Amino acid sequence: MMDILIVLEDNNGRIHRMGLESIVAAQKLANGMSLSMGALVMGANGDALAEEASEYNVGEVLKIKNEHLSSYSSDGYAETVKQVIEQENPTYVIFGHTYQVRDYAPKVSAKLMKPFLVDNVDVSPNEGNVVFTKQMFNAKLFSDVTPTGDGPYLISFQSAAFSSEKADVGSAAVRNCTVNLDVSMIRTESEEPFQEEAGGIDLTSADIIVSVGRGIGKKENIALAKELAQALGGELASSRPVVDAGWLPAAHQIGSSGQSVSPKMYLALGISGAIQHVVGMKGSKNIVAINKDPEAPIFEIADYGVVGDVLEITPKLTEGIQ
Amino acid sequence: MKIAVLVKQVPGADSPLPIQSNQNWVDEGAAAFIMNESDNYALEEALQIRESMGEGEVVAVSLGPDRIQKVIREALAKGADRAIHIQMDTEGVIDPLVTASHFDHALKEENFDLIFSGLQSDDLGMGQTGIILGEMLGMATASLAMATELGDGRIKVKRELEAGWFQWVSLTLPASVSIQSGLNSPRYPSLKGIMGAKRKELKVVTPNVVDATQSLEKVYLPKSEKQTVMIEGSADQIVEKLVETFRNEIKVL
Repeated sequence: MMDILIVLEDNNGRIHRMGLESIVAAQKLANGMSLSMGALVMGANGDALAEEASEYNVGEVLKIKNEHLSSYSSDGYAETVKQVIEQENPTYVIFGHTYQVRDYAPKVSAKLMKPFLVDNVDVSPNEGNVVFTKQMFNAKLFSDVTPTGDGPYLISFQSAAFSSEKADVGSAAVRNCTVNLDVSMIRTESEEPFQEEAGGIDLTSADIIVSVGRGIGKKENIALAKELAQALGGELASSRPVVDAGWLPAAHQIGSSGQSVSPKMYLALGISGAIQHVVGMKGSKNIVAINKDPEAPIFEIADYGVVGDVLEITPKLTEGIQ
Repeated sequence: MKIAVLVKQVPGADSPLPIQSNQNWVDEGAAAFIMNESDNYALEEALQIRESMGEGEVVAVSLGPDRIQKVIREALAKGADRAIHIQMDTEGVIDPLVTASHFDHALKEENFDLIFSGLQSDDLGMGQTGIILGEMLGMATASLAMATELGDGRIKVKRELEAGWFQWVSLTLPASVSIQSGLNSPRYPSLKGIMGAKRKELKVVTPNVVDATQSLEKVYLPKSEKQTVMIEGSADQIVEKLVETFRNEIKVL
């Protein structure tokens, strides 16, 4: 039994970054309301995930091994989380707002007829009235949302809403749990995941990202940003217009339809800061923006700003670093 | 093949969004409404399946006040065979369980083989209604579809995963699939289509009362998040200051 159940996702044998972020959110809620916690791991890598999860202050770790969970299916995972909720009776069930969670957590909500408050950027624990903050209208507005009626309430948090580095460490005991699954429950068959093109890059683990926007002007100028990225030992990324124009392959795209990153430094060259881009990089520890337009919205989230010509500054900066 | 497409009318990307003085919602009278982007792709995917199979029916289904008949007519003009309008005032209604319950009530006698929905709405961004509805109707579900293939009583869906990965997933029919923007090229309505839309069936139904499980307390403008240090001077001075910032402040050199 626990008040808060954190559902952690597998990312190749490690806890998904957004799972670690959801631990921070859960800890904030637990501390604010004096609530108990537990963390759930499942799937083929359950042992490794349980070991990793046990190093955090999460109350206890629940581990489920079941042959029907060795690969992901929305039916299998939804049924599992539903059964664990029925066994443990938590008030809050916390997820990272990953693509996998978007796929199966709504099914848990429907099975239990309990709300799923999605993609929150903050939680404010108050006496008996917990408020969740969510962006609406593609982040042009914010909203405060509260669950109504009795729990459990399913809650997910937006990528980088919390910093995984702030997770309290601890030593949680691991408890084995069981669920009853039957092959007839699973109505999907999955093939192996694949990447669309060779040379797909994982920008999410880069410490330094140099990202180009439409302001770079033309395809030939991409080389300037690439040289700067190399000089910094970082990765090259871009906003969507650069990909749509065919200046860089889609694998480089940051934003709501691309990758979400939170590097140590995000250097934005000629990026205006449209919200579709910003949601993918606003969690960066340091944002440096160079743009010729002083009114560009990128400056609202930048830690350091330069109003100037990227074509002039970029090659000089490469030289300065070398 | 009988396909329902859930379409929603939302304020467009460039629409004004003035907040009501009581902060309950935006002033819809000032908003410029369009068909939700990913719903437009979902509709196109359904129309293409019907056309490639040479048989079947595409039914556009929408929930909201009378203003939403504009997007219903648009769906009919593009080629949907008929439409269902679940008529209700949606101001402040944010709960996907409520919305999906209304769709469930309106659609459960229809026995659709497929339900397509957009991945998420550009206003609330809940991204759940199609999946919840599928669960309520006992259907297999999948989200984030970037391609679909039909055959042998199943639908194969190319799902977008994170970080540039994809996965083909095969679902038994009936199924509810949420569609990601960009998987096809949505058509524009023809003049003939627009004229013909007026003669197509548009059934208006009223929903049951369903209790909400989440409530919107208020909407507000984002707060400015950061104090930005502006680096100024000649290009050479800026470069010098940037290198110093990289080295001593951000510590990446």
